[in-house]
Amino acid sequence: MDFDVIIQYFPRLLEGAWTTIQLVVVSGIIGSLMAVPIGLARHSDKLWIKALPYAYIFFFRGTPLLVQIFLVYYGLSQFDSVKESILWPYLREPYWCAIIAFCLNTSAYTAEILRGALGAIPKGEVEASKVLGMGKALMYRRILLPRAFGMIVPAYGNEIILMLKGSALASTITILDLTGMARTIIARTYTPIEIFLSAGLIYLAMSMLVIWVFRFIERRHNEYLKPIDS
Amino acid sequence: MIDLRGFGPQLWEGTLMTLELAMVSLLVGLVFGLLGASAKLSGSQLARLIANTYTTVLRGIPELLTVLIIYFGATTVLMSTASLFGYEEYIEISPFIAGVIALSLAFGAYATEVFRGAIIAIPKGQSEAGMVLGMGRFRVFFRLILPQVWRLALPGLGNLFLVLLKDTALVSVVGLEDIMRKSTVAVGFTKEPFLFYMTAAFIYLTLTIISMVGIHYLEKRANRGLVRS
Repeated sequence: MDFDVIIQYFPRLLEGAWTTIQLVVVSGIIGSLMAVPIGLARHSDKLWIKALPYAYIFFFRGTPLLVQIFLVYYGLSQFDSVKESILWPYLREPYWCAIIAFCLNTSAYTAEILRGALGAIPKGEVEASKVLGMGKALMYRRILLPRAFGMIVPAYGNEIILMLKGSALASTITILDLTGMARTIIARTYTPIEIFLSAGLIYLAMSMLVIWVFRFIERRHNEYLKPIDS
Repeated sequence: MIDLRGFGPQLWEGTLMTLELAMVSLLVGLVFGLLGASAKLSGSQLARLIANTYTTVLRGIPELLTVLIIYFGATTVLMSTASLFGYEEYIEISPFIAGVIALSLAFGAYATEVFRGAIIAIPKGQSEAGMVLGMGRFRVFFRLILPQVWRLALPGLGNLFLVLLKDTALVSVVGLEDIMRKSTVAVGFTKEPFLFYMTAAFIYLTLTIISMVGIHYLEKRANRGLVRS
């Protein structure tokens, strides 16, 4: 073990970690916003509403994230119409391609989590809302969605960790995230063990942080579900 | 079969490679999982500490990083070990071996939790009954606990296998000739990235569907002795 290499390059690794955090936070926010309509549509009883979200979720959960990243980054450039569109300056940047792929991916997983939660809400609560004369929109806004959000907190925490780990794939399209930075450093220093293990430790620390934050949110959000005597 | 600009047979070979990697990693990973679960449930504090560290680390770092550490790290470790014995040639482990080690370690870490949950779910009275009948601890484990663990762990293991199947794509990064790698080669020749990566996506989807059907069949078979209430 050569600790000097670790000390010398640790700031660079942290720089990479910052890119990783950016990727996860930006795609996490956009992805979760996309997931709400997809999950709601998937929850519908009508076949023509739920068919499309079903296919979307099935595709993004059934194929490797690596394929999805390559499809966005390399695949889109096959079409001249994409190359001529005004979005091309963004679509040729690996950074935005990674964000797009992560958003699509996490929105599918999150939508499925949301659907599960919506399905798990006791029927009585839906009936009670209807009896009180609530319309569908009001019922979802006031009762069902807030209930579902409370239920998905633990599962969503897991999804964020999966996304954090998935973000390492950004390094395959030349992004200098934590993994990409580690590979670049190793190409210069030939010290794979030291640098990869340090990167692993940083990933571990970030995972711990996510777990810790979500435990806190869960306690706050689900306070009312606790037994009274505890 | 579909020709795909002449690359159809190549992609088929890649599919077989992906399947081979997934199956071998599954078998080795199941062993890791069982060992991990036994360690976590054992009385030995050291075993529990090792198992906890194993699952925390392997579940906390990206699978891609695990693959890279094993592939590049193992070479370094093997070479420095070999040089102690005076062997100075260049040693390299194959991407396949590195892939199996990395994926089975990751699979095993998650499987540890699945097996642990399944073992805990079996009522304690059963192992006590076994002990009373004079069975040793190993016999109780292999005759009473393990056959039931299979049934209880199957849904969790099925999900993990689907994750494993998708994670095999990561090993293409270190050069394994799997679906992804073959597609990339085809893209290099034909300059049609969308066509080939979409094909790869549909091959993975097909494998996922086949696995889901297989898992469903296994679950039905495992539960055939139970009456649905």
